[in-house]
Order: sequence, then structure tokens, then C-alpha cells
Amino acid sequence: MLAMNYRGPFRVRAAQKPYPEILHPGDAIVRVTRSCICGSDLHLYHGLVPDTRVGMTFGHEFIGVVEEIGSSVQNLSVGDNVIVPFNVACGKCAFCKQGLFGNCHESNPEATAVGGIFGYSHTAGGYDGGQAEFVRVPYADVGPTIIPDWMDHDDAVLLTDVVPTGYQAAEMGGIKKGDTVVVFGAGPVGIMAAKSAWLFGAGRVIVIDHLEYRLDFVKKYAQCEAYNFRSMEDPVLFIKKTTDWFGADVCIDAVGGDAAGSALQTITGRKLMIQAGSATALHWAINSVKKGGIVSIVGVYGPTDNLVPIGNVVNKGITIRANQASVKRLLPKLIDHIQAGRLNPKEIITHRVPLEEVSDAYHIFSAKLDNCIKPILIPPSARQ
Amino acid sequence: MEPTASDYPHINGWGIDADPNNEPTYPLKNYTGDDHQRLNWERPPQQVQTVEILHSNERPNLTAVFGTSSPPSGLSGAIRRFAFRFSESEYGHWLPLLLADRVNVVEGIVDDLAHGHIPNIFAEKGWKADWKHNRAGLVQNVVIGVAATALVYAFFTRNKQQTAFTRLKKTISN
Repeated sequence: MLAMNYRGPFRVRAAQKPYPEILHPGDAIVRVTRSCICGSDLHLYHGLVPDTRVGMTFGHEFIGVVEEIGSSVQNLSVGDNVIVPFNVACGKCAFCKQGLFGNCHESNPEATAVGGIFGYSHTAGGYDGGQAEFVRVPYADVGPTIIPDWMDHDDAVLLTDVVPTGYQAAEMGGIKKGDTVVVFGAGPVGIMAAKSAWLFGAGRVIVIDHLEYRLDFVKKYAQCEAYNFRSMEDPVLFIKKTTDWFGADVCIDAVGGDAAGSALQTITGRKLMIQAGSATALHWAINSVKKGGIVSIVGVYGPTDNLVPIGNVVNKGITIRANQASVKRLLPKLIDHIQAGRLNPKEIITHRVPLEEVSDAYHIFSAKLDNCIKPILIPPSARQ
Repeated sequence: MEPTASDYPHINGWGIDADPNNEPTYPLKNYTGDDHQRLNWERPPQQVQTVEILHSNERPNLTAVFGTSSPPSGLSGAIRRFAFRFSESEYGHWLPLLLADRVNVVEGIVDDLAHGHIPNIFAEKGWKADWKHNRAGLVQNVVIGVAATALVYAFFTRNKQQTAFTRLKKTISN
């Protein structure tokens, strides 16, 4: 079968790979019909995540058709169209029972700090991902959710990660009616966080980024304010001034370790990799939020250390909430929002690329070429 | 005064998920107390191990399922095995893993060549997309790359060049 194949930082290709096998009675094999490249895939692509091995297939945002099921699978049948959450989750451990499907303790032997994630290095369990024609899906009775008949599959594929992650960013912000919410990052997750903040009753939503085309998009799509930090001397000062010198009620870091905006952070975090990515967005979030405010982090960082003003967290009494999105927990609510027209995820898709051209798709997304916001990959078998 | 949906008629669903009792919100919201039982939940059946799987020393066993992509091998594999002697809290764990990743890139190229495949690194880097969408940037990068390579070459061959130049001068003066 054809699959994306990682060859090293900034180098990927489409290549043949053996068809995946059922390795556990709870497994299913899914024939992929669409997969996305996620902003967090770029951290892998840029070589920022330790234990990213050559030959691995990325891809944690995919949907498809069930081709085979293991002997113990009861909730799925061959032929079902399914949304596959990016988390590999057992549904039985103490964490899954709390709805913490992103923190499952039975899916990732290589690290205890993160649950299993499809196609996201061996630090997240060593699973081949869905940027392929077929993929092995463990715990098939737990995560995969049947796509409703009425749902557009372009909306469905965005429910695997980007929509739940953006929504959970707003949820973890504990937004109260009338709150001013600042979202750092106008990538797909930041866009969804801004859109979701209104559902929680935000009074004002501000997005900060440095790419004009993304700011233009989010301003229209999420009906929010959008500002370019390149055009301001100090984004923290800007937020203070625009909130009557008070600070935002809630700040969301929707960028993670690939952030631009600070030479020191960029050099130490992205170039020299002596910290786990560039923490510029988090730094700004901590310093922009009001005393006693909430900082919600969904941006992805590596597993070592980052330079952030932790003293300000203490002195301002900030609450920090962060997690990988718990996709399965959120799916019923998000499906409802899509059906009611409150969320319209597929509008963020800007590029449809054949899987064979995965190298170009990664480069376009990484280098922000051609006004790219969200690329999706279509395997050859899904185009017939 | 608290805002209402009528203040935001342009936002479909404004405030629909607002919940004044949403504290503590996720991730503490559905706390069950089960975690005081520690690891004593009913475990799913264990996946049979068919390839080498390294596991964090912060857990006693393999998880019930695991990925089998790209098992450790070669020099990078040896470095990875070394890294897994250290906990996730130690630089001794993560820095060798980053080193192993870079070594693994070279192993990947050697493996390609050993299988008769010459990797098209330009295609793998997506330069075709650059040619289409960022031609000026691509040309600039190529020029910078060629200039940098020429400078490095000149630096490392300067003694030889000087010797050849001195020899030439001597020949002329003779």
C-alpha cells in the first residue's frame, strides 16, 4: 500500500509499505478516505520531537472505511465509515474513565507523559498513522465513531483533532459570559478555538498571529478581531491597552513549539533545540492574561524544558490548564454543533493533495505557501 | 450586566455551552476517584510482542497495545536503548533520542542506497511546490546554499591553494 514515509527533518515521501495487520483482538484495519496534515505534524517534520524514526508514517487526523475487525470488536462492522480520534485510548484505565482519553495509560509504552497518538513518533507510542491507504486502529470499540449519514466527510475528518482541540482550548479556559479571550495563533486550531470561544459566551475574541492571510481568514470565519504582532511593538502591551490596562480574562496558546515572534525563543527553541520548541506564544499568554486569569494550552511542545515566565504565573495567581484533546468525549457535542450549523469546519480546508504528492503538501503547509490553512491528503484508493 | 445572546445576533450559538457551574472544568470535571486504585484496573488483553519495543522505565510493563513501526536497529537503535535507561525526567533520555534521530537519517540514506534506491532529496523536501509557489525564495535559497558550500570548500582547501599559488610564484620567478 502507499503511505507517507518520514526520511528526516524536512524530508518525506510517498512509498510502498506492507498492508497493516490485526495485532490485537481489539484492532480494526481502516481504509483511509481522507487524512489531514496537522500543525503538530510539522513539529515532527521539523525534527523537534525526540524518537521520530525514519520510515514512520505520520497522520493522526483521518477517517475511513472499516476493512477488517479483530475477534473482540463489537461496536464496528466491516464497511462502516468512521471518524478515528487521534488518541489511542483503552477506555478502561483510570484516566480514560475520567474522560481523559488523551492520557490513556494502556496505549503508549515509550512514555508515561502522553497517551498513544497515531503517527506521532515513538514518544507517542510508535503507531503508524493515517497518511496512508490503510491503517491499524487499536481499541476499535473505544475511539472510532460512525460518521452520521448527513455529515460531509470533509467536516468529519476535521473532527478527529482540529475541531475538538480548538473547542477544548476554549472549554479549558473556563470562559464566563462576557470574557475577553485572546487566542495566540491563527492556524487551524487557533481558528477553531476562536470560533468555539463564542459558544462559551465570550464577550470579545481577539486572535494574534503574524500571517496576514490567516488573520484575514479568521476575522471573517470566526467573526473576531485579528491583529498582526509584527505590526505592534509589544503584543503584551497591546493586549493590556486594549483591555483597559487590565489583561485578558482568558489566553489560549494555540501555537506550541513552532512559534515566531522572539529571536531568543526561535534560536534556542527551533534552531538550536536547547529548549523544547519556541515558547513565545505561551510567554505572551502568561504575560497578557489578567491577575487570577486562565491560560489554556493546546499548542504542542517537546518533552524537555521551555523558557516561560513561571514567576509571573505565581505572582499573578494564574490558573494554567492544558491537555491533548479528549476527542471521544467531545464528539457528540461537536457533531451536534455541526448539524445545527454552529460550527462549519470544512471551510478551513484550502488544499486537497493526492497522497502521492505528500512531500509537496508538507512543504506548502510548513512554509505557509499559497495561503495554506489546512491541507488534506487523498489516497489513490479513495479517488477511484 | 451580563451579556445575552441578543447582544451577539451575528454569532450562531453564542453562549450555548456557557455553564456557570463548569468549575472545576475539564480535566478535573469527571473525577471518579478511581485513580486511588492506582494501576489496578481490568487490563485489556496484552498485544503479543513481535518486535523490539522500548518502554519507559517509569512504568512496570508494556502497555496492552503498542505500535510496531520502525523497531530500533543499527547505531541509532543502540543509542535509543541507552536512552531508555533514563527516566523521562532526565536529559539523558531525550538528548540521546534526538541524536539517534539524526543518526537514523544517515542510516536511512544508506539503507536506500543499499536497496538500489537513490533518494531524491529535492523532491522529498517539496522543492516542486517551492518552484510553483515560491520561485524567488527557492532561487535565493539555492544561491545562498551554493555560496555557503563554495566558502566552506575554499576554507578547507586554502592550504592546498596557497601551496599551489606559492609553487606557481616560484616557477614564474625562476
